Amino acid sequence: MTNEVTSTRGRETAQYANTALDLRAFRPVLVMAVVYAVLWVGWAELAARSLKAFRFSLREVMLIMPGISIIMGLFEVWVPKSMIEKHMGEDSGLKGYVLAFLFGTAPTGPLYGAFPIARGLFEKGAGVGVVTVFLGAWGSAKIPQLMLEAKFMGVKFTITRFILTALGVGVMATIASRVVNRELIFGE
Amino acid sequence: MTTGLIYSIAIAGLIIGWLKDAGKTKHALVIGMRSFVKMLPTLLAVTGLMGIISGAISPETISRYMGPDSGYWAAVIGAFVGSITLIPSIVALPLIGSVYSAGASSTAVAAFITTLNMVGLVTAPLEMEQLGKRYTLVRNGLSFVFALLIAMGMGAILR
Repeated sequence: MTNEVTSTRGRETAQYANTALDLRAFRPVLVMAVVYAVLWVGWAELAARSLKAFRFSLREVMLIMPGISIIMGLFEVWVPKSMIEKHMGEDSGLKGYVLAFLFGTAPTGPLYGAFPIARGLFEKGAGVGVVTVFLGAWGSAKIPQLMLEAKFMGVKFTITRFILTALGVGVMATIASRVVNRELIFGE
Repeated sequence: MTTGLIYSIAIAGLIIGWLKDAGKTKHALVIGMRSFVKMLPTLLAVTGLMGIISGAISPETISRYMGPDSGYWAAVIGAFVGSITLIPSIVALPLIGSVYSAGASSTAVAAFITTLNMVGLVTAPLEMEQLGKRYTLVRNGLSFVFALLIAMGMGAILR
């Protein structure tokens, strides 16, 4: 028991060391800051509106992403690779698509929140088509969102769009799996 | 509500994991936080871009371009605007609903809603970082084309 705790600590220290941020990674942030400064000088009204929207988005992003990251971490540690490979792998066929679709409708949140989870799926051996279905479902088949759509666009509109989207996502995923090689995703 | 749901899942997972194996669960927490910190610069830059886009394209502009008089190109414009904007559904759907009942074509509004949900030009840097450049281009490109196809289908069915 004591041994286990010590080893966990050791592993953690090693990981915290890796967390040290590369300052160069912040270059895009600097670029954004410059763009805002330029806007502020030339188009003050646009800058003010953008800044307001930025604060709104920042709040959303900073609230959602830590939670998504925790889910991703849990997924990485607790879900066995063999399970994803078997049920959602390259050769999982329609079953993989259906599972990914259900998996995608369960949680909610903006699409960018799904990217770390999609990466986790890839790392565990999920196929390109399966991940594409997952992202498609996450974007367009969430139940609360469909209810909202039905309220404002009508039930007929919503159901028709849902069915067409589900079919479209399936075809799209099949094309994506032919065009993109799974092995090359992390090779760039 | 979204945030609440995400954290309910995360916290439930942490509690169950903790009861099963505290060390492993702690490890999951470290992995998660490390990936968050790594994403942070891109996340901040993308959020900055979101701000500028939202500042430049107001909901009023969107409804003007997709209104009843916008004609044949409305679907393409709808798909394009949906690709570059990031409006939460709770804001977008009431707006688009009013544009729709004001007479905009179902093709245009469907194109907008579908790309809004599936194509993310502004978040592409984040997607590339997580899923690679090639996959990001293929997924967004296909989503755009299929959004137009879905929209055309909508126009044909609901006419």
